[in-house]
Amino acid sequence: MSSLSARQDRIRAFTLLSPAYLWLTVAVFLPLSAMVFFSFLSDVPFGDREWHGTLENYQEFFQTSTYATLLWKSLKLGLMVTGISVLIGFPCAYVLAKVIKGRSREALFLLVILPFWSNSLVRIFSWAIVLRGNGVLDFAANAVLPWDVRINLMFSPTAIVIGLVHSYLPYVILTSYLALQAIDDSLIEAARSLGAKRRTILTRLILPLAAPGILAGAVLIFVPVVGSFMEPRLLGGRRGTYYGTVIEDQFVAVFNWPLGAALSFILLAVVLVILGAFSPVLRRART
Amino acid sequence: MKKLLAASVLALAAQGALADEIRVLNWQGYGTDLDWSLEAFTEATGHTVVHEYFTSEQEMLTKLRTNPGAYDVVLVNAAYTAQAQEEGLIGPVDAALISNFADLDPNLTGNEDLNPGGALHGVPWTWGLTSLAVNAGEFPDAPTSLSVLWDPELKGRVSIRDDGLEAVQFAAMATGQNINDIQDMDAVKAKLTELLPQITTFWGSENDWNQFMAAGDFAVATYWSGSASRSISKGLPITFVVADEGAIGWLDGLSIPASSTHKEAAHAFIDWMVDPEFYVKWDAEGAPATSNAKAAAALPETSFNRTVLGDPATVAKVQFMRPVSEENRETYLKLWQELKAAQ
Repeated sequence: MSSLSARQDRIRAFTLLSPAYLWLTVAVFLPLSAMVFFSFLSDVPFGDREWHGTLENYQEFFQTSTYATLLWKSLKLGLMVTGISVLIGFPCAYVLAKVIKGRSREALFLLVILPFWSNSLVRIFSWAIVLRGNGVLDFAANAVLPWDVRINLMFSPTAIVIGLVHSYLPYVILTSYLALQAIDDSLIEAARSLGAKRRTILTRLILPLAAPGILAGAVLIFVPVVGSFMEPRLLGGRRGTYYGTVIEDQFVAVFNWPLGAALSFILLAVVLVILGAFSPVLRRART
Repeated sequence: MKKLLAASVLALAAQGALADEIRVLNWQGYGTDLDWSLEAFTEATGHTVVHEYFTSEQEMLTKLRTNPGAYDVVLVNAAYTAQAQEEGLIGPVDAALISNFADLDPNLTGNEDLNPGGALHGVPWTWGLTSLAVNAGEFPDAPTSLSVLWDPELKGRVSIRDDGLEAVQFAAMATGQNINDIQDMDAVKAKLTELLPQITTFWGSENDWNQFMAAGDFAVATYWSGSASRSISKGLPITFVVADEGAIGWLDGLSIPASSTHKEAAHAFIDWMVDPEFYVKWDAEGAPATSNAKAAAALPETSFNRTVLGDPATVAKVQFMRPVSEENRETYLKLWQELKAAQ
């Protein structure tokens, strides 16, 4: 009897999960394998173009220092954007979860997710209007300050960081919020009644308990930022060449898909290695 | 009933033979897809025209390779005609089917890049320059040298396109070299290394360019002659400059894919495109220079193409771009990426 029901359970689980697995196969596994295949070719296999299997695309990465320099630049950008997002996002999430109650929380929450509802290109172009010389920021500063200032942040690494932080901040706020919400208020009250100072409560109680949420948010931000290309291109000007823009160039401008695919997988490998190195921290955070 | 059906099928078939639907592959908004012209073409010949677009020459070649038979007319830059012919992508054009052919500039129809293997594979359609344009308000006297790009006073207000080949060609001209036979790559590299800190941002499209120039972000930037004529006709205060060191010249031809199934209609469309009547109307909206001598003569005196590009002294300075070998293309791209990565 019991074995029969176990089998039924398994069949039921399989039928319920199969749409998800089918979706993963079609939407993730197949395109990725096609790209893996491309990355080992000498040329795009369209029409009558000659092609053969090769490792050259991967070797190319090591032949010049260009790609390594850019990858390092992108990793630094990723760390910076993630760091700033956490520094801004965690206090926001704390206020949302523990200080504000009732309807105003809903309203504030809406404001946090609002950027998600607009197209990212529109957001970037709005930042361009704000940051440029003679732009909104320049105008506002001159209207308030008595002396003459010229603010032109456009086409600089600062502009890229501002644009990216704005785009990805909601991730860290949302994940931290969920983690903070799960902390029982009575724990904090207990700590306080035992004489713990605010700082002690934050470092010994809240931060460790919220760490999984913060880290999840940080990973969600770090990975896409390292590969980002639109923000650097539009806000960075001549200094906007990053690893992601070089990959985009291979696909869009010079039509070297194999090299573009190889560069993408090197990025994937590097990101996985970094996440792997941090996995002990991640695991400790979970327990 | 049966008779009626047979008759209607016959009628349809007959119409099919007379009126074809031809497919044109071109850059978007580049002359062939003007509504008023296509309507008139359909009215005159019965053929209808459908467009497909590419955003780079590589994409155009890939589309021809992967979709044999899908296109009937394709715009091929003269620097790529020989490659397309070699790969068997485009076939010869029959000049006898093009009534305006006699009026085309013989220097252009005889251009060796358009005649790979000794046969005409692209009908010269338009040509133009990649040179400089400056903000007319800041330059009462237009500069005469490419060195304006390196002027320290204009640091942060210079722009070029994010294109390795073009950047290398400009540096080659600035160092007094032939863009089709660059010998001293070290000088080019040194020149580009000096140029990059001058640049505010790279421009990507005509629209970009107009906005940056209007906002005062650019004082001087590289630009296409056809786009310059459009920007000027829209009222942007700029001056198009052909420097003493030269400008990059390009020539676009209309070709017929070898796999086209509507060759006759394709020839008719090309004939329509090089017709003076069409060109004069197009020029009023801002067009590149024409290959048709009669059309050029019919332009109004004030036309940009007449005043700027019609001047033989200007044309004498132009270096026309020849096909670039795969190897050089890669060298230029690598150099460009290396310099950009160092920023």
